[in-house]
Amino acid sequence: MSAETLIYMLLGLPLLASALVLLFRHQPNLRDGQAVGLGVVSAWAAFQLYLLPTGASVTLVALAPGLTLSFTPEPLGKLFALVAGTLWPLATLYTIGYMRGAKEKNHTRFMFFYAIAIHATMGIALSGNLLTLFVFYEMLTFSTYPLVTHKGDEAALKAGRVYLGILVSSSIVFLLFGVIGVWALAGTLDFVSGGILAGKIDPFYVPALLALFAFGIGKAALMPLHRWLPAAMVAPTPVSALLHAVAVVKAGVFTVLKVSVYIFGIDFLQQTGGSDWLVWAASFSILAASIVAMTKTNLKARLAYSTVSQLGYIVMGAALATPLAASGAALHIAAHGAGKITLFFCAGAIYVAHHLTDIKDMNGLGRTMPITYGAFALAALSIMGVPPLAGAWSKFMLMGGALDNGYLVVLGVLMVSSLLNLVYLGEIILRGFFASPSHKWDGVQEAPLAMLIPLSITALLSLLLFFTVDFLMIDFGG
Amino acid sequence: MMQHLPILQVLLPLLAAPFAALLRGRELAWGLTFLTTGAAFLISIALFLEQRALGTTLVYELGNWAAPIGIVYVIDAASALVLPVISGIGFIATLAARQLVAAEIDRRDHGLFYAAWLLTIAGMLGQVTTGDAFNIFVFLEISSLSAYALVAMGSGRDRRALPAAFNYLILGTVGATFYVIGIGLLYMLTGTLNLADLAERLPQVEETRAAFTAMAFIALGLFLKMALFPLHFWLVPAYAHAPSAVTALMASTATKVSVYVLIRLIFGVFGIEFPGLVDGVGLLVLTLGIAGAFVGTLAAIVETDLKKLFAQSSIAQLGYMAIGIGAMSATGLAAAFLHLFNHALMKGALFLAIGMIAAQAGRATMGTLQGAGKQIPITMTAILFGGLALIGVPLTAGFISKVYLIRALLEQDFWLLAGLTFVSSALALAYVWKIIEAAWLRPRPEGAPELSETPSQYMPAWIMVIATLGFGIYATPLVDAAFAAAHVFIPATVGAP
Repeated sequence: MSAETLIYMLLGLPLLASALVLLFRHQPNLRDGQAVGLGVVSAWAAFQLYLLPTGASVTLVALAPGLTLSFTPEPLGKLFALVAGTLWPLATLYTIGYMRGAKEKNHTRFMFFYAIAIHATMGIALSGNLLTLFVFYEMLTFSTYPLVTHKGDEAALKAGRVYLGILVSSSIVFLLFGVIGVWALAGTLDFVSGGILAGKIDPFYVPALLALFAFGIGKAALMPLHRWLPAAMVAPTPVSALLHAVAVVKAGVFTVLKVSVYIFGIDFLQQTGGSDWLVWAASFSILAASIVAMTKTNLKARLAYSTVSQLGYIVMGAALATPLAASGAALHIAAHGAGKITLFFCAGAIYVAHHLTDIKDMNGLGRTMPITYGAFALAALSIMGVPPLAGAWSKFMLMGGALDNGYLVVLGVLMVSSLLNLVYLGEIILRGFFASPSHKWDGVQEAPLAMLIPLSITALLSLLLFFTVDFLMIDFGG
Repeated sequence: MMQHLPILQVLLPLLAAPFAALLRGRELAWGLTFLTTGAAFLISIALFLEQRALGTTLVYELGNWAAPIGIVYVIDAASALVLPVISGIGFIATLAARQLVAAEIDRRDHGLFYAAWLLTIAGMLGQVTTGDAFNIFVFLEISSLSAYALVAMGSGRDRRALPAAFNYLILGTVGATFYVIGIGLLYMLTGTLNLADLAERLPQVEETRAAFTAMAFIALGLFLKMALFPLHFWLVPAYAHAPSAVTALMASTATKVSVYVLIRLIFGVFGIEFPGLVDGVGLLVLTLGIAGAFVGTLAAIVETDLKKLFAQSSIAQLGYMAIGIGAMSATGLAAAFLHLFNHALMKGALFLAIGMIAAQAGRATMGTLQGAGKQIPITMTAILFGGLALIGVPLTAGFISKVYLIRALLEQDFWLLAGLTFVSSALALAYVWKIIEAAWLRPRPEGAPELSETPSQYMPAWIMVIATLGFGIYATPLVDAAFAAAHVFIPATVGAP
């Protein structure tokens, strides 16, 4: 199948799924089943596209000279499409289990916007230029808003306001300015290997322009623009999984990485030192978020801050501006995606099975939910960077990139962060397996199968990714 | 027939006006206005297409008297672009006027209302087509005098329309007087009123103080008419208290025509080489434009009456057009033309939608909008899109004008100005957000009046919304036309579009 067809498929399948959700709104099983089925097809399509050589391009419309809506998958975009495409059916399956298990309302609306969000994510992944990326970026914000405020109560609406407020204003004030600035400077917005800004901009302005992107892409949750992410934790857990692993934050860091690699260019950033400040900003984000995470006892809140911290790794990879660090950052999108989705799946499973949200109430729960806790432990170890799990490679490569660049401090930051990870994620595992039970649970009480299957698969993915790193590694030249 | 289109463009609405005044019964007067504005719109489209196809200037000599003795009507790339804006908005606003006017104007006055309505449209079309400086003044007065009357007609519903109209009249007259003094000086210096002739003869006297004074008078008079900060105080009350249909028509056209006349006079007559133009007028317009952009946007953010809010936003948007003019480059002028066009579409959509709400609820305020997203979703969505276009979100027309404006500034290395322009346009998010929050994120309060919508009510606004989106998604022909218009005044030197 040609790359063009696959592009149309990846963009079109989620739209088709959302249309079918509306069509089958009175037949819940058909409505939900088709979404999983189409998800599997799109995972296959993403895989096929990943195998094909780059070079295909699809242009939808030319707005004005130099401003087009077009899709040009490059290695990084194909990787992100693969991550999103693979996790989508699993997340959808899980969603079905969760929504039915937790007795949430308005399934149709939820499934509809879930699919639209995936469509927007695919648009971001495959976008051929900054304008296209921006359009789908905004679409993702608006399509996830109804998901975040799904419960519809006062707390949800308040969180929704923070969510929309930060994401929309940062993107309109900073990101759009960056996009227009790049266009005015370079006359094009296309993602080109090696960047398009070299020689077009006074090096003096590079840090400022990069700042427009680093802080304009609110979805990357770089501190101090991270507030929306913990606020959005009021949403049902499948949304949290979507936000953290598949779509929103991954779209954010993906955009940061894509802009630094294909708009600025790694070499250009390296020569001008335009991203030096971002190394420090990312370091701060990594450590500060880890420390905040330790103070949280609500499981989802702790995982949220852990995400903020982990996103800092990817931004760091972009900021270090070496090929190895960029490869590490790209790999971390996949590694953290598999790991964090598992953690959130587990959090949701715990909620559905036992209605627990606070870590202090989960003593001894591991013996009651062995599969969930096993998966949780595997994913947590991957995020800490323990071999033979996926997170080890990306952390290792980031460290290598830091060494290439002479940033010994970054090595320290990464090590301290790993230790902090060990503390705040390890606590959950230790409490689960070794603490004396805080409730009387008899025997094994796991969540529904529709939740257990996806979380087991994603947990095993963390293991698999360690051994298939060659397949996923992107070479950004050097 | 085809060669008479330039004169028909103006003459048709001008001649239809007295008939409208004579017709009794509101449907007849409206019907005549509808047909006339529709025909004027078709004519302007035909002129635009013909001019674009030929690529030359079409000159129409009145009574076959050649210039400079006779008066000529000139259709070049610039006027051909502005005519469809005025006649098109006039047509769509007329479409909406049927319901708005029925709700807001006393039945007996409908004939007079539509007569004034047609006159103001004829006056604006005349200012754009004519190639004679004094003729511009005549049309300026025709359109202004009838506009004062239209604003005052809001008094049946809102007594504040009378002082607003009076204010508007005084300041409008001052502006027109300044303009005519400037033209008088030019006539004294050169002995001609024909614009092309003036442009030819002015270089011989360009070092004189009188020529500079003439430029100052003309520019100042037009600043007043286009409501450039700080000469904008007449605009907000006039827009806020006028009948809703009048607000929609004027907000999209009246000030735009003055922007056009300013460009025509400053660049077309004095020319970019004129001493003191770039450093004097250019810098002044740039400064006032950016100041107006901030003042208007900030005032809009704290405003709660929707008509006033969007009137303040118009001050800001006119500031952007001024910035484009002040950049003193082909790209800047193209950006000004693009924004003139695009802003007319989005403000038309907004004021038509708000007018429908105001006609139902008596006023349109943030309070009226609370929770309205559920009651009148289609109308509110039109307002949402209009608002997004004002911010300059991609895929709306506002984005296109914004990128070219920023590019014009960066071409000249005005980094700070580009930043400020961008920040002020992004600040528009604050007042659009207020509307989103009121309409969708808050429940409808108990006892709030019931709002409803029918296709005939929201259709006019939606036509404009679709145009806004259409010219945002496929803007290439418009960008080409805007650059062609800009190149009438400043030949292509730097970069293609």
